[in-house]
Amino acid sequence: MHGESQYRVPLIRGDKTYHQITEDICAPIEGRAGKLWYLAFTVSAVAALWGVGCISYLLGTGVGVWGLNRTVNWAWDITNFVWWVGIGHAGTLISAVLLLFRQRWRMAVNRSAEAMTIFAVVCAGMFPLIHMGRLWVGYWTLPLPNQFGSLWVNFNSPLLWDVFAISTYFSVSLGFWYTGLIPDFATVRDRQVIPWMKKIYQITSFGWSGTAKQWQRFEEVSLVLAGMSTPLVLSVHTIVSFDFATSVIPGWHTTIFPPYFVAGAIFSGFAMVLTLLLIMRKVLKLEDYITVGHVESMNKIIIVTGSIVGVAYITELFVAYYSGVQYEQYAFLNRATGPLAWSYWIMMGCNVISPQVFWIKKLRTNLTFTFFMSLVVNVGMWFERFVIIVTSLHRDYLPSSWTMFYPTWVDVGVYVGTMGIFFTLFLLFSRTFPVIAMAELKSILKISGEGWKKRQKEHEHEHDHH
Amino acid sequence: MSSKLIYAVYDDPDTTVEAGRIVTDAGIKVNTVYSPFPVHGIDDAIKLPRTRISVAAFLFGAMGTSFAAWMTWYMLIYDWPMNVGGKPSFSFAENFPSFVPVMFELTILLGAHGMIWTFFFISGILPGAKNKNPDPRTTDDKFIIEIDPSKQAQKEDEIIGMLKNAGAIEINRGE
Repeated sequence: MHGESQYRVPLIRGDKTYHQITEDICAPIEGRAGKLWYLAFTVSAVAALWGVGCISYLLGTGVGVWGLNRTVNWAWDITNFVWWVGIGHAGTLISAVLLLFRQRWRMAVNRSAEAMTIFAVVCAGMFPLIHMGRLWVGYWTLPLPNQFGSLWVNFNSPLLWDVFAISTYFSVSLGFWYTGLIPDFATVRDRQVIPWMKKIYQITSFGWSGTAKQWQRFEEVSLVLAGMSTPLVLSVHTIVSFDFATSVIPGWHTTIFPPYFVAGAIFSGFAMVLTLLLIMRKVLKLEDYITVGHVESMNKIIIVTGSIVGVAYITELFVAYYSGVQYEQYAFLNRATGPLAWSYWIMMGCNVISPQVFWIKKLRTNLTFTFFMSLVVNVGMWFERFVIIVTSLHRDYLPSSWTMFYPTWVDVGVYVGTMGIFFTLFLLFSRTFPVIAMAELKSILKISGEGWKKRQKEHEHEHDHH
Repeated sequence: MSSKLIYAVYDDPDTTVEAGRIVTDAGIKVNTVYSPFPVHGIDDAIKLPRTRISVAAFLFGAMGTSFAAWMTWYMLIYDWPMNVGGKPSFSFAENFPSFVPVMFELTILLGAHGMIWTFFFISGILPGAKNKNPDPRTTDDKFIIEIDPSKQAQKEDEIIGMLKNAGAIEINRGE
């Protein structure tokens, strides 16, 4: 086996054996959940139920219960939609892009990041559907001839592209995730002693045997799926940005949107991954696998994408001035100094200024500080979408229709509800699924495990003496 | 007794690859190797032919592209041309840029799912399928080389001897 440079910090701490990895990662599935888990689960489930209630009220009464009006016809709902889709991007980036770049540190975090992707996309997908007001006609977005004749859906519309992009993204991410889970489910299955648990994992592992041929195909499938998911993830937020960029609203009609949205999505997604993993590694005792090195790598990605976002904000501002178009200029003047300026400055503060502190090594390796920053970035990125959507709409071309947007309790309730759904799903995942890709991790144990690296070093020293 | 399969158990991936290479080079056909994770170099050692599964991904992907091209043409150009926002809608070539996102997404959709299901079907992994690994430890920390002694030119003891010399920690027999 090829050794790794001694300068690299080991990815797996402690002197682990293959069996120890299995033990550590299966422990949360087989053990009993702690009080903290039950508390978190109760809070999330209550929030989720509250959200379901708000959605039912919304559907029963109509979209009028939201704070939308004639001028601001998109607000919290689409802000939340874009925010959740963006969060999802980190999972695919970790599992697909980092696989193509052969980044070994992805192996400890890809499983949970992908789970996060799937749960985030579930939450995201809800918003366009409930925004229809009449959920039961949601199928009208599919390419079917409608009942008024043979009129089809409009393929010129970015909103329809979004239907295809989000559903492809969701289902492909799910397939990619599940394919990776099969060998790990087999590991859980083969060590179960409780019959009903064995039965469940027997079904979920699809009868995986781990033969050389299966592994050979498995690796090929992972590689090709990563190759397909990489352009897919870039296309998804590009298409989400087209929802805005192809319109004629000042502040939206810009060509910078696709790269800027994609960078912002990865930025916010990594922040959410850090929020979740910093808690998970502690609660599930996975500190040997999700190390400070992993957190540092993710913080580096946050600096890069955060800086791209910062440059995009400033470019946008400059181009608005330079374009000479008064509507465009006013849109940005209004963002920075108008009645919603506070949201603009929250966005600027959280997304442009604060991530720059991660240039300091002491701060990006400090876990408490990273956790705090991950929350700051999540807030900042929510406000970015709010600023883009609401400040552009509330003062449009016609000053007589200028108005303000105020969210109602239903707006807030639905958003809190999706948070509840997201955390409920993640908490369930953390107790029933192998949260770290065991098989993948075992394949790097002899390369990047602390014990193995130490032995390799001693071995090298012996050679030096001869 | 002689029809029983030989399961040579190893506890290290590199030893397994070496053992696989030694017996294969001696002209013994290795049925398969069970391992808890993908062991690199094992395909080469036991002369496993390269998988052609990516061809399936390409074919399904191409199907997705052509289906999306046909669908957008049929729905928006041929069956019911719509003039929305003055975007050209009377020839596929002129309207093509608007159709690219949908064509791309359907390429990925069919390519990815086609490949996943092809993988499941040809590998016999489906919900409810029974696993065939001879020992539950092969999904934890052990590696097993499976050989059918009745199909080899060498004597059984000779094969077992080779496997042991190559570092097998156990030799088990099974159907």
